[in-house]
Order: sequence, then structure tokens, then C-alpha cells
Amino acid sequence: MLPDNLKEMTVPAALELWDAGALTGGGRDFGETLLWVRRDRIADVCRHLKEKFQFVRLSGLTCIDRHPAEPRFEVLYLLHSIERNERLKLKVALTGAQPEVDSVTPVWAGANWYEREAFDLFGVRFLGHPDLKRIMMPADWEGHPLRKDFPIHGHKYSYQNG
Amino acid sequence: MSQIEANATSAAAEPAQDGKLPGGRRRMALNMGPQHPSTHGVLRIMLELDGEIVTSAEPDIGFLHTGIEKQAETLNWQQVVTLTDRMDYLSNLANNLAYVLPVEKLLGVEVPPKAQWLRVMLTELSRINSHAVWLGTHAMDLGAMTVYFYCFREREDILRICEMFSGQRMMTSYIRIGGVALEPPRGWEKTVREFLNGLSAKIDEYENLLNSNPIFLQRARGVGRLSLERLLDLGVTGPMIRAAGLNWDIRKSEPYSSYDKFDFDIPVYSEGDVFARFRVRLEEMRQSARIVEQALNGMPEGPWKADAPQVVLPDREKMKTQMEALIYHFKIVTEGFRVPAGEAYVPVESPRGEIGFYVVSDGTSKPYRVFMRTPSYGNLQCLPALFEGKLIADSVAALGSMDFVLGDIDR
Repeated sequence: MLPDNLKEMTVPAALELWDAGALTGGGRDFGETLLWVRRDRIADVCRHLKEKFQFVRLSGLTCIDRHPAEPRFEVLYLLHSIERNERLKLKVALTGAQPEVDSVTPVWAGANWYEREAFDLFGVRFLGHPDLKRIMMPADWEGHPLRKDFPIHGHKYSYQNG
Repeated sequence: MSQIEANATSAAAEPAQDGKLPGGRRRMALNMGPQHPSTHGVLRIMLELDGEIVTSAEPDIGFLHTGIEKQAETLNWQQVVTLTDRMDYLSNLANNLAYVLPVEKLLGVEVPPKAQWLRVMLTELSRINSHAVWLGTHAMDLGAMTVYFYCFREREDILRICEMFSGQRMMTSYIRIGGVALEPPRGWEKTVREFLNGLSAKIDEYENLLNSNPIFLQRARGVGRLSLERLLDLGVTGPMIRAAGLNWDIRKSEPYSSYDKFDFDIPVYSEGDVFARFRVRLEEMRQSARIVEQALNGMPEGPWKADAPQVVLPDREKMKTQMEALIYHFKIVTEGFRVPAGEAYVPVESPRGEIGFYVVSDGTSKPYRVFMRTPSYGNLQCLPALFEGKLIADSVAALGSMDFVLGDIDR
């Protein structure tokens, strides 16, 4: 269910009309619109937004770790429509035990590296991604550095393997 | 279509069997980088070649990864400004601004006009600086040596202005949460005006040097072309988009820091090739000079930092006479200020495209998470599309025209 202040806005209202079950909530703070999307519906919602509401750009994609709270991960999608001059934030909640979500690379090719980055640094798996491998860290690195339970100091790594 | 290109098209159509192509040709794997003069940083590209044609290109990044996003979670809000300098080291003031704006949004701090004008003026100067460095190095990649020395002469002038304002040439950290770091120095107007006076003639000179250079023209015209739809799909922003025909500049579409009070034009070219990117950036330097001039002439009077005692360090004089000022000073220096819980994102037009920091606060004096949406990272994703099916000699021109900074990509 959407809060009342979002129901008056074109895109959230139309989305709810299109598929009320896909959204699990939302909010509007500091002039930025945020919608929570069900985990299994994110790719459909993104495709719908791109095709019907000109959100041709995925400005960014990242993850927020709420460790030790559950659901632990929030995957964040920053959408932008140049034509409507509007930005929209989408979020998907993932549990710590099963951090998996459908990839949005079929919708925006540019999601590729952002999903690889979120996989590398948070360990979130994007199902259907064409080439999900580490991008920042060395290929044989263990762990995911941006997780809150990953220590900041004291890491040993031998760079022998290039 | 030349014979080479025809061969490559047929090679792409027929997948190689056991690495062999029709006619007994073989594909060659070539490693470009991590240290390569035309990558301007530590970027490795794994190329696969059929003769002189690139059949596949895969960038390998991460050599400069220093975990800035992780480090940001351990510093207090104001200290993170210094990290942002070190990402895109050619336009550090745009990074400072992009970080500071969402934090000020969360804090609800109103920045006085003088600070906003100073921010605009300095970010535009750093845009000229960044484009000058790009122009010089790009022209050198394409065989024009002179422009490099001219552009670095201008860069030196701008770095001196940065030093005058902040005490630092490159890692300025001049834009702070709540305003700017220091009062503008005595005599800054004169220095900036002297720089501006000579600038437009110098930009004309670069244009003439390259526009009438047949080697540069041959290597730039029609090279590295990508359609606007493809660029948008791949997440490309900034001058590359404007060179492909889309009039989109965040300074106009989502004005921040009083950009709506300045008069400037957005250069747009439709060819989408290396030459159009050169034209866009050159024109942007002229427009930035216009903005700097307006900021210089219309610089408002008044304070240069916000009236927010919990956030901004008090004046030295007040600390000696007022108890509250001393307490605030102590609190800000020892534990930093607290930012109300929330999340905010403000896009900023950096010289390379959209830069924005998604900051998440949990109400403490340190950021919970800072996501850095950097323009170079988004732009570099179009590299395979720019390279594949083209001559390897053109790849250097296409690479240079993207204008990325590896520190901005790897963070």
C-alpha cells in the first residue's frame, strides 16, 4: 500500500493501478520518491517504467547492508527519465540467507557493471546476469568488503596471482 | 567499406572454430595496459583482434580500488569531503559539491548566496581545468603535441587560483558542509579576472590549432560513433551524450547551487563521434568562462558559511568570548556533528557527466553508507561498443574521447 502523498503522483499511482501487488510501500522524503518493490517483480516493474514512463536511464544501482537487522540487504535502483525530468528510487529487500534478485540487465544494458559491483562488494547475486564476476576486488578475494561485518583493518592479501 | 572491414564483418558473422577463421586467419589476443600511455591511468583492456580489427574488447578495472566507500563509513561527515577529492582528481571541486549537497539536504542547512556563488565559480574553473587537461592529452594521443603545453599552462593558472583559495593545488577540499572552508583571499577578484581576460583568445587558438590540423581531423571525424539510444542504454552521461545530440545538462534540468541564476548555453552536436565530443568540450570551456565571469561580477556580499552553529565551526573571535561557541567547536572537532536519519541523492554535472552521492544516515556522526555514482564508471561501460568492429588504431582516439579518470572509476 502506498502512502497518501504518493497516490497523488503520476508514476506511483499508475504503477499501483497497473499492478498493486508489485509494490509493498513507499515514501517521499526531501523531494525524492521511493518505492519498495517485491523481490520477484523488480525486472517487470523496471521494464514497465522504461517502456511506459520513459525511464530510459538507470542512473545507478547499489546496495545497503542493514546488518544485523533482517531483511538484511536493500538493493537500490536510481531511475531517471530525461523526458519527464523526474527521478525515482526503487528498493528491493533481500534476506541475509538468500541475497538473490533478478538482474535488470535485459532492461538497461548499463546495469551490468553496477550489478557486478554490488555482487563484488556485497555478495548480492543477480539472477540472469550475463557475466556475474568480481569487478573491483581481485578474482580470488574472499568475502565482500562493503558488508557491515567485514572488518576495515587487519586484512592480509598476497598479490602474487596478479 | 574497405577490404579489412569487410573481412571483419564476415568474421563476426561466422564464429571461429578452434580459433580459426575462414581463409586460415587466426584471432590474436592482445593485452592493452594496465600501464599504457593512452589509457591515462591503470586500465587494462583485453583485446581480441582479427588482423587490425578489434573483434572483442573487455575492460579490466579495479587496479586503483582503495575502498573509498568503505573508508567513508569510518570518518565523520565533514572528513569525507577529503576522500571525495581523491576520486576524480581533475574535478575535485565538483566531487566536493556533489557530496556536500545531499548532506546539507539531510541537515536542512541553508547555504548563503556568497558561498553558492563561490561554489559555482570554482566548480566552473575546475571544469575548464579538467577539459584543458583532457584536450591536451587527447590531442597528444592523436599526434598534436603543442596543444598539450598550452593547455597545461592554463591548468597551472587555475591550480594557482585553487591554491590561493584553499592552500592546496589539487586536493582542495574547499567546499565544505555548510559553505566553503575559508574566507576568499584578498585580491582574488583580480587574479580570476586576469585569468579570464586571456582565456577566450586562448580557446580560439586551440580550436584553430586542431581544426586546421588534417591529421587530427582524419583521426577524429567519423570515429568512435555510437547512437544516442545505445549511449543512454549503457548509462553514459555528460559531454558524450551532448555530442550525440541530446540537450541534457543537469545544471539546466535540475539546477543546484543557484545555477538557475546564471546565463549559459548547452552546446549540442549531433554527429556523436570523437570530433563532436571535442567540439562540445571546447564550447563548454567558453560557457564555463561565461559563468565564472557572471559569478565574479555578481558576487553577493555577506557570510560565506551557513548560520548553523551545530554544523559549521564558529569564528575564532566568538570562541574567545562566547561559551556556546567554544562548546560547539569542541563537539564538532571531537565527535563531529550528527546528521538526522534519512537518505538523499543530488545529481551534479561534473566535467565528465552525472556525479551523485547517495548518502544514508542513521542519525550518528558518521555516514552509514555513501554510494558514489561516478560519471567515469558509467561512461566506461560503452568501451566494448566503441571498440568492437573498428580498427585498433581508432581505439586510442575513441578511448581518449571518453575522458575518464581511473580514480573516479575504481574509487
